[in-house]
Amino acid sequence: MEKRTTFSKWSVGILFAVPQLLLIFTFFYWPAGQAIYWSLTLQQPWGGGNIWVGLDNFRSILASADYWNSVTISITFAAISTGIAMGAALVLAALTDRQLRGSKFYSVVLIWPYGIAAPASAMAFRFILAPEAGLISVVNQWWPGIWDPGLNGADAMACIIAAYSWKYIGYSFIFFLAAFQAIPRSLIEAAAMDGSSVLRRFWDIQFPLITPTIFFLLVINITESFQDSYGIVDIMTSGGPHNSTNLMVYKIISDGFKGLDYSGAAAQSIVLMLLIIVLTIFQFRFIERRVHYR
Amino acid sequence: MVERTPILNFLTHVILFLGFVVAAAPIVIVAIAASHNMVDVNQVPISLIPGTDFWANMKTAWTTADLGPKLLNSLIFASGVAAGKVILSALTAFSLVYFRFPGRNVIFWLVFVTLMLPLEVRAVPTYAVVSNALSPYQAILDVTGISWLIEKVTGIQISLNLGLLNSYPGLILPLVATATGTFLYRQFFLTIPDELTEAARMDGAGSLRFFIDILMPLSRTNMAALGTIMFLWAWNQYLWPLLITTDPSHATAVAELKQLIPNAGGGLPEWHIAMAGTLIVMLPPLIVVALMQRWFVRGLISTEK
Repeated sequence: MEKRTTFSKWSVGILFAVPQLLLIFTFFYWPAGQAIYWSLTLQQPWGGGNIWVGLDNFRSILASADYWNSVTISITFAAISTGIAMGAALVLAALTDRQLRGSKFYSVVLIWPYGIAAPASAMAFRFILAPEAGLISVVNQWWPGIWDPGLNGADAMACIIAAYSWKYIGYSFIFFLAAFQAIPRSLIEAAAMDGSSVLRRFWDIQFPLITPTIFFLLVINITESFQDSYGIVDIMTSGGPHNSTNLMVYKIISDGFKGLDYSGAAAQSIVLMLLIIVLTIFQFRFIERRVHYR
Repeated sequence: MVERTPILNFLTHVILFLGFVVAAAPIVIVAIAASHNMVDVNQVPISLIPGTDFWANMKTAWTTADLGPKLLNSLIFASGVAAGKVILSALTAFSLVYFRFPGRNVIFWLVFVTLMLPLEVRAVPTYAVVSNALSPYQAILDVTGISWLIEKVTGIQISLNLGLLNSYPGLILPLVATATGTFLYRQFFLTIPDELTEAARMDGAGSLRFFIDILMPLSRTNMAALGTIMFLWAWNQYLWPLLITTDPSHATAVAELKQLIPNAGGGLPEWHIAMAGTLIVMLPPLIVVALMQRWFVRGLISTEK
C-alpha cells in the first residue's frame, strides 16, 4: 500500500528516519555483524589478537554433547510449554466467548499473569514448588524424596515449564479471545438456529476461522520460549542439576560471560539466530495468508 | 444463545473458575507467604490463613534488597524505553510513509529485519558495543584509513570512547533499537485519508507542521497502546539490566530479585522475606495491566503483527 499524496522535500524525509537508523546501526547491525565475525575467529577474552579459524567454532559446538543436550532440552521445553499454554488458553477463551454471566470478569483477570515479569513468576513458583516448604512439599511427606528439583533433572524441567506456561496462558488467551470475538455473532446464531450444538459450532465454524491465530501463536510462543526463559532458568535452577535445564540462551550467556568463550558463544548465537529467522519467515508467510483470506 | 444447555453451562462455569484459580493462586500464595513469620512460612504445607507479619516483612524486604532506589531505576528505565519507542518509531514511520526518496525500500527492510532478532540472542556482542558505544565508528575510521590520515596531517590520534555500562542510556538505547513500534504507526498512517494531507498542504503546512499538528494528535490512541506495552515489556526485562549494571546504583527491581533467593545454608530459609520482595516487584506491572487493560490488549494485538 502506498500514499498518493506525499511531501516533496525528501531530504527532510530522510532526516526523520536518521535517529532510528543510527540506533539500529549501533546497537543492532554492528553487534550482529560482530557476532558473525567472532564466530569465524578465535577471540581472546581480554582483547588482543584474534585468529581466523573459519567454521571451526561451528564444528566444535556441533561436536559437543553439551550443546546437543542444550538443543534437545530447549526443544522439549518449547514443545511442552507451548502445548500447555496454548491448549489451556484456547479452552478458556472459547468458553469465555460463550458470553455467559461473568465472562467479562474472566476476560479481565485471565490476562493478568502476562503482566508479571517472568523472573517474578519464577520466584513465586520456586517457593510453591520447593521441596521443603510451600505447597508441593506435601508429597515429600507422604513419599519422602519423590520430588526434588535440586537433584532430579525432570523435576527441575517441570518447574521451569510450570512457571513459564503460567505466564504465557494469559498471553495466548488475549489473542485467542480477540480472534473469537472477531467472528461475526450472526454466523454462530445462524448455525444455532439450524440446530447445531455448541460443540459442532466450535469445530465447524469457530475453529477453522481461528486457525491463522493458532499458527501465529504457535510461532510466537516457540520463539518467546527461546528468549523469555532466561530469567526463569536463572532464578529457579541456574541451568542445573547436571545441565538438565541449561537452555540455549542460558548456555550462550554463561559460556560468553562466565566461560569467556566469546567465539563459542557467538557461534551458538548464530545458530539460534538462524533458527529464529526461519521461524519468523514461516510466520510472515502465514500472516500474508491471513490477509489474503479476508 | 437460542438453545438451553444447562449441563454445558455448568461445565463452562466450572472450567472458567478453575482457570481463574490457576491464574490467581500464585499471586495469592505469594501474598499469604509474605504475611507469615519464619516458622509458619516453612510449615508443610503452608497454611493458607494469612499471618500477621505482612507489613514487617514488606519493610524488611524493602530495606534488605534496597528496593526504593531499584524501583525508581525500573521506573526511569521503563519510561525511557516507552518514550523512546513512541517518539522514534513515529518519526521513522512518518519518513517511510510520507516521503519518496531513493533507498526508501532499503531503509524499510533494514528496520524490518530488526524485528527478527531479540536482544537476548545478540547479548554478548551488544554488551561489547555498549561498553564503548563509539567503537563501531572508531572501527570504521580505522578500516577506511581516515584516522590514519588525520593522525598524519594533524598529529592527533583519534580514539573515540563512550562507555555506557552502568548508565541509563546504556540500559535504554539497545532496547529501543528494534522496529516493533514503527510498523504499528505505519499501518495506522496508511489508513489516514489522503484528503487530509492535501488539505493541509493547500493551507500551506509543511511536513513538520503536518506531523506535529495533524498526525500526532490523531495517533494518540496508538501512542497510549504502544507506550503501555513497551513500558511493561521494559519493566519485565531481566537479562539486559543484569548484564549492563554491575554497580548496584543502576540496578532495576526485576534484576534484583536474584538477591532475594533464600539460601538454605543452615537454619530456615527466609521465604517470607523473599515473597514480600517478589510481591513488591510484581505489583507495579500488575497495576498497570489492571488500569490500562484496554490499551495493553490493543497494543499487544497490533504490535505483534
